[in-house]
Amino acid sequence: MNIALVLPIFIPMLAGALTLACWQWRNVQRILSLLSGTGLLVAGIYLFSQVRSQGILVAYMGNWSAPYGITLVADLLSAIMVLVTGIVGLSVAIYSLATMSKKHEAFGYYPLLHLMLAGVAGAFLTGDIFNLYVWFEIMLVASFGLMILGGERAQMEGALKYVTLNLLSSALFLTAVGLLYGYAGTLNMADLALKLGNGEQPGLVTVIAMLFMVAFGIKAAAFPLFFWLPASYHTPPVAISAVFAGLLTKVGVYALYRVFSLIFIQDIGLTHHNVLMAMGIFTMLTGVLGAAAQFEVRRILSFHIVSQIGYMLVGLALFTPLAIAGGVFYIFHHIIVKTNLFLISGIMYRYHGSYDLAKLGGLYRNAPWLAFLFLIPAMSLAGIPPLSGFFAKYTVIKAGVLEGAWWMVGIALLVGLLTLYSMVKIWAEAFWKPLPDEAKPLRGESDPQRYLLYLPVIVLAAMTLTIGLGAEWFIRLSLDTAAQLLNPNGYIEAVLGPLGSRS
Amino acid sequence: MENLFAFVIGALYATALFMMLRRSIVKLVIGLMILSNAANLLILSAGGLVRGAPPLIAEHLEQVTGPIADPLPQALILTAIVISFGVLAFAVVLIHRAYEVIGADDMNEMKSTDL
Repeated sequence: MNIALVLPIFIPMLAGALTLACWQWRNVQRILSLLSGTGLLVAGIYLFSQVRSQGILVAYMGNWSAPYGITLVADLLSAIMVLVTGIVGLSVAIYSLATMSKKHEAFGYYPLLHLMLAGVAGAFLTGDIFNLYVWFEIMLVASFGLMILGGERAQMEGALKYVTLNLLSSALFLTAVGLLYGYAGTLNMADLALKLGNGEQPGLVTVIAMLFMVAFGIKAAAFPLFFWLPASYHTPPVAISAVFAGLLTKVGVYALYRVFSLIFIQDIGLTHHNVLMAMGIFTMLTGVLGAAAQFEVRRILSFHIVSQIGYMLVGLALFTPLAIAGGVFYIFHHIIVKTNLFLISGIMYRYHGSYDLAKLGGLYRNAPWLAFLFLIPAMSLAGIPPLSGFFAKYTVIKAGVLEGAWWMVGIALLVGLLTLYSMVKIWAEAFWKPLPDEAKPLRGESDPQRYLLYLPVIVLAAMTLTIGLGAEWFIRLSLDTAAQLLNPNGYIEAVLGPLGSRS
Repeated sequence: MENLFAFVIGALYATALFMMLRRSIVKLVIGLMILSNAANLLILSAGGLVRGAPPLIAEHLEQVTGPIADPLPQALILTAIVISFGVLAFAVVLIHRAYEVIGADDMNEMKSTDL
């Protein structure tokens, strides 16, 4: 059994259990949380380097060989996602030391956070589709708890929608898993790919594929299934919003990438080029238009999550090596940038006690470094060179041009422009205009915990710059990932053994 | 048997969605409960229904002979029941708290976090 595959799940799960045991001791919980965040990041780096040097890694749980037991598999996509989970987990663990109130900590913030990270890592690493459902549920139950931490009215309202839609999506997922098992008689993803590859009823498979698309589409907040996200993501404390914004929807996107590159590739013309493409285009457009209409920082950012999901979906929908590479690049760039933007919105809140753009102002004068730090992820999100977002958008759009998908190209460019508009709106309102009279400055640069707040923001901004300036290396990595995804035989052989040896 | 199951599953899905579309949050949670049970029954029937054949291999034998129930759907449903039970327990507590905080059982009163 390969330890590199187990550690990213085991470390946060252990931390969740230990922090639960240390319920009374806040400081112990905080130290455990930092240790677990660091451990997850180190485990992620280790896993990534292993996968990079040795190819796809496989571990059979309980030594039950492939189609029977639960398999953990890490290809490049999984490894990248686990690595980014570690980055986000550690950043949020540091940031929440300064922002979580005693009340939030007393109601189990740290156990829930780490159990959620364990669920996320598990979902990225599993090679069994029912096990994927189980990890989804672990992640969701923990996120439900995080969502209502504090128990304000807005959180209750947001949580009701979040819980309902996610449970509906889980039920659809379970339905699809049941039908798939009834059709193929297996749940191992590699085995499924093999069995569906020479199936007799492509129509039935397409129906099941559509069920999966709806189930994962709800989780990924794709058009027209995204309405729960802008209703709920801005309600919890900002550290929680940041980790949700960074990771949770991307688990849905990851599941779409995995399932629609490995299992459901019978009818690419319909499932990918038509349905996913339309979903992606409308997701981009509706998300950004929603964002343009908002005047509250976290709501603008929430709508932008939706909009950026669209780029990832069109990357998958085009289904060429370059497009998938663009989509993968987009996923890891977006997780870092979006987490960072939410963390920065938390710092903005500490200056003036509001997320409302009408009540913010003058931050450039009071906190020029914050303004600079905001510009990096904001411009990256909008796709200004040489930041990471430019290369992500460029790759996706170039793939669209090469395929002649002109509608997608045009709308992607327009959405980039509108993204820039709403980022400039935040800049102009919160940083540039003078402070309105009704706003009261709360704490300025004398904030005693500002190092804890700024450290993750600076590190994430530096990563955005690194991805942008060293884009060549990251694009090559994405192309390798895309090559792995587009060649399912490698995955199948890694899990089940050489193809010829099985009858 | 399969026909009966098909009717029951279809009726459960329909009832669940109908309940979820009501404005009352109590009915919403009842809808979610029914929905998870509908999905569980669907897995059971998709795995193949067998009457009176346990998923056991007879003594002295290496393989099964004759009809056998597929144990995997039962294992899946067992897992799914545990998960949905936990989640529903959470949902029930949530609507109780939401009712206390908001003071209404009506989804129409809960639009302040929307657009």
